[in-house]
Amino acid sequence: MRKFAVALLIALLPGIALGAEGGQHLMNPDVDVSNTASLQRGAKYFANYCMGCHSLKYLRYSRMAEDLNIPEDVVEKTMIWDGGQVHSKMMSAMASDDGKNWFGAAPPDLSLTVRARGADWVYTYLNTFYRDPESDTGVNNLTLPGASMPHVLWQLQGMPEPVYGEGSGGSLHVKEVEVPEGAGLLSEEEYHQVTRDITNFLAYAAEPVQAERERLGVWVLLFIAVFTALAYLLKREFWKDVH
Amino acid sequence: MSEGTKTTGFVGWIDRRFPLTQLWEDHLSKYYAPKNFNIWYYFGSLALLVLVNQILTGIWLTMNYNPSAEGAFDSVLYIMRDVQWGWLIRYMHSTGASAFFVVVYLHMFRALLYGSYKKPRELLWIFGMLIYVALMAEAFMGYLLPWGQMSYWGAQVITSLFGAIPGVGDALMTWIRGDFNISGVTLNRFFALHVIALPLVLVFLVVAHILALHEVGSNNPDGVDIKKNKDANGVPKDGIPFHPYYTVKDLFGVGVFLFFFAAVVFFMPSFGGLFLEPPNFQPADPLQTPAHIAPVWYFTAFYSILRAVPDKLMGVIAMGTAIFLLFVLPWIDRGPVRSIRYRGFSYKVALALFAVAFVVLSYLGLQSPSMMIMGLSVKGWARIGGVMYFAFFVFLWVYTFFGLEKTKPVPARVKH
Repeated sequence: MRKFAVALLIALLPGIALGAEGGQHLMNPDVDVSNTASLQRGAKYFANYCMGCHSLKYLRYSRMAEDLNIPEDVVEKTMIWDGGQVHSKMMSAMASDDGKNWFGAAPPDLSLTVRARGADWVYTYLNTFYRDPESDTGVNNLTLPGASMPHVLWQLQGMPEPVYGEGSGGSLHVKEVEVPEGAGLLSEEEYHQVTRDITNFLAYAAEPVQAERERLGVWVLLFIAVFTALAYLLKREFWKDVH
Repeated sequence: MSEGTKTTGFVGWIDRRFPLTQLWEDHLSKYYAPKNFNIWYYFGSLALLVLVNQILTGIWLTMNYNPSAEGAFDSVLYIMRDVQWGWLIRYMHSTGASAFFVVVYLHMFRALLYGSYKKPRELLWIFGMLIYVALMAEAFMGYLLPWGQMSYWGAQVITSLFGAIPGVGDALMTWIRGDFNISGVTLNRFFALHVIALPLVLVFLVVAHILALHEVGSNNPDGVDIKKNKDANGVPKDGIPFHPYYTVKDLFGVGVFLFFFAAVVFFMPSFGGLFLEPPNFQPADPLQTPAHIAPVWYFTAFYSILRAVPDKLMGVIAMGTAIFLLFVLPWIDRGPVRSIRYRGFSYKVALALFAVAFVVLSYLGLQSPSMMIMGLSVKGWARIGGVMYFAFFVFLWVYTFFGLEKTKPVPARVKH
């Protein structure tokens, strides 16, 4: 009947694949929050390209500086635009009402986006903008159709063009996006790296403690393993006289 | 004070005023448990361990949590990011909630395997079932507190079930919520119930559960009554004192459990979205319903039964019956033999199917009801699973009431 325990485990496993909403095939960014260099680049890109509109209201500059090994004065000089202190939360300079007026919806806070939607989703989103003259901003997104966000990284990537395919009902719809050769400042691979770094940084921002948590976890498990071994020896010693 | 032993000194001073030595002897050093407990007997002490974990981490969470619609979500993130070790305390609490149900489900299944609910342990079983129901209420109300999207909409759906009751339903639902929808008022009262009322009830029931156990004595994998064979001193021949034998054995069990527990806490606290659901990282928004609302995994077997019935009221009744039948299990099962080792072949098959039905229903409850699996919808499969679940009780009654069970002879003494 130990099979029951095994059956329970097996039954739980398919659930682990949950989280994604399905539909659009998601790309895997291979995030690694222990890769400090990638996180530092991600923080830089975030400050330069994202923070004009998006906040990280649950992350403080000082916490980020410490975790990412960036000197506080560098953070103060290069990342704080709104007159905030180094211990302030990372707020965008844009007022929420302005965002609503300019884009139709206030740009969401990105502190927890990776935990709510997954890193794969964020990475794919940054790689699926395409030119769409029908939309107000001139761009649309395959991952979040009708998104009101302009393609702020278009100079780096080059503006991708939609590739149409036939749907199940015979109707035409955008199947994938394709960047014209040489349209952007970066090669496809370099752009993937930039978006991977941003995604990695947002994964860090979604749970700043995770690298530390996993580092500590190894020691905790080692301690418990030794404790359990000793407890077993103790048990065996006491049970010698039980027949 | 116990007979024959006269304590002296400090302990003696206490014993003349409080039954310290007597309690120690009655419940530990002279409580004789069968010597043949197997792996299934670890989960009782582990449930106690998890209860203590929940109470301690809960107290520390309460120190920084803000039970208001405006402040709850932010205060949880404050705990996760700014409170020293707050992340560890919160993950221990959230993982502990799921761990509680894991050990309680295995503990309950042990009772089914070895007939631990049978005479004279009916009250012990009922106290256990009351603990289970209180635990469900505790977990449900605790889940609202982070005030995320799933917290909010899960509570909205589950409280709306009371609205299905004819006549008083709507009024009852509003009375429970304290509002027409889930709101800050609901959050405040769920907080009060979660941190004070239900923990008190749980601790009281656990004490009653243990007192009832120590009154009748522990069952064992052979289902043999060890009190029938005593030596000259009145000690059961197959019994060993709980302390030190089972305290050291359970200490080892605690180590193994903590290894898995810490592995989850430190390496996969969300457990792939099962322990902490992704939509709950978005603050509660009464104007935006999530695409797919599912309770946490430990409720999904009953949620499946609810969804499988087309009529809402009938669904609620089916769900309630699924739990109620467990309460009266000692009177449904009239077989004289306790342990599965000596019960009829059909019982073994029925119990295995019941376990499969429960696991399958739990899995189905996590999926969208319209999803197709091998040509049949999740709802369709849940109907099959639900019928299997209820069939177990019907079969068990018929099988034992009409004496259809062919049992093997039960040994006089425990074997292994």
